[in-house]
Amino acid sequence: MAATESYPDDLKYHPEHDWARVDGDEAVLGVTWFAQDALGELVHFEPPDVGAIVAKDGSYGEVESVKAVSELVSPLSGEVLEVNQQVVDAPETVNDDPYGDGWLIRIRLTNPEERDQLLDVAGYRDVLNEGSA
Amino acid sequence: MVPFAGWEMPVQYEGVIAEHRAVRADAGMFDVSHMGELEVEGPTARDLLQSMLSNDVDRLSVGGAQYTLLTNEAGGIIDDLIVYRLDEHRYLIVANASNTDAVHDWLKEHELRGSDVRDVSHEYALLAVQGPKVREKLGLPAAAAFTWAMGELDGVEVMINRTGYTGEDGVELGCMADDAVGLWDAILARGVTPAGLGARDTLRLEVCYPLHGNDIGPQWDAISSGLGWACALDTDFTGVERLREIKEHGPEQKLVPFRMTEKAIPRQGMAIAAGDGRGEVTSGSLSPMLDVGIGMGYVPAAASRAGSELVIDVRGKPRRAEVSKKPLYKKES
Repeated sequence: MAATESYPDDLKYHPEHDWARVDGDEAVLGVTWFAQDALGELVHFEPPDVGAIVAKDGSYGEVESVKAVSELVSPLSGEVLEVNQQVVDAPETVNDDPYGDGWLIRIRLTNPEERDQLLDVAGYRDVLNEGSA
Repeated sequence: MVPFAGWEMPVQYEGVIAEHRAVRADAGMFDVSHMGELEVEGPTARDLLQSMLSNDVDRLSVGGAQYTLLTNEAGGIIDDLIVYRLDEHRYLIVANASNTDAVHDWLKEHELRGSDVRDVSHEYALLAVQGPKVREKLGLPAAAAFTWAMGELDGVEVMINRTGYTGEDGVELGCMADDAVGLWDAILARGVTPAGLGARDTLRLEVCYPLHGNDIGPQWDAISSGLGWACALDTDFTGVERLREIKEHGPEQKLVPFRMTEKAIPRQGMAIAAGDGRGEVTSGSLSPMLDVGIGMGYVPAAASRAGSELVIDVRGKPRRAEVSKKPLYKKES
């Protein structure tokens, strides 16, 4: 069943509705509750290859619902270390648990200071409120 | 809600996939009141329809319904229609919302002495109730497909049409516009799931029913579009000479259903490579029942046989697909 709306305060956010959980020189990336809710039930995750280089603010893949396609925007630059195969096999995992089992990729950061440019949860909530105003 | 042909339409209520499955396994209801209704009446109504529509209207008896096409001089499809014969000299045409004016104007221009064409779209509402449990839930007897009868449901007078756009058993219920909300609520109370445009599109695609504006249109002739079965080429109607020629020589391209053999979802407008030839996706989605990408598109005739390999350009990535037989989804019996 779909998750209820939440935005954990230990994450960094990108205004394109992507999140990063930074741990040392690595980060796990995913999409926010708002993004999965806007898309509806996800039916396809087109991941990058392991070893691919992703750039901050660049596209690293796509997620699709029955009716829509959305590019995934990387909040940070790095090299892809791992793709979440559970989401490849069962994309609806993102709807069920966008911040837990529904993570998308893990990267090694090539420019860790970029994290300072990301939003904290209060900043991201401001983005959401502006969008609905 | 989204704007659609001047109407506010729900894309989904609970979710496309859940609504889709409800129709396949149980019963779902779509408000399709946006569809246009035209009445053609008079002693020459039959002559008008026989000369304008592709199918043989003489095969239609009172109480019957028929799938047919309004074609242009090139055999292209102005709209696909269902014609109901109401009585000896009176027919009801159900047209696509965005084409109702075009169909009305075309018929009006060709009106004969003794035939009258009227747009009655705003007088009627139409609810499509579809799925294997519909008859049981609505308390309706079995009846042949493409027939209709007047009846009453929860106190509302309804025209019960055994037609649909999902590949399931079910009905399309016509009623007076003022009765529509009451009828909708009464049917919901009978345990039917409300469903939106999203599920309507995935359901029809699984059973390869073409959507006008996507898969068929004035730019493609009816034979290439795979609708030769709805063209009585021994009758006279607009474009029939051209259609006879195409039928004789074989179309250069054909509308075919396909399923992805690699993980990807085809979308309208994507390019298709088929051997040396090229084509285009006209409809695409994930199939909720098959859990693979499915679609329809035009391909060169040489690549139209079931099993032919296609390569779809999915935003720059080549993804393999295979031409299928119709329908893409069939209930296990």
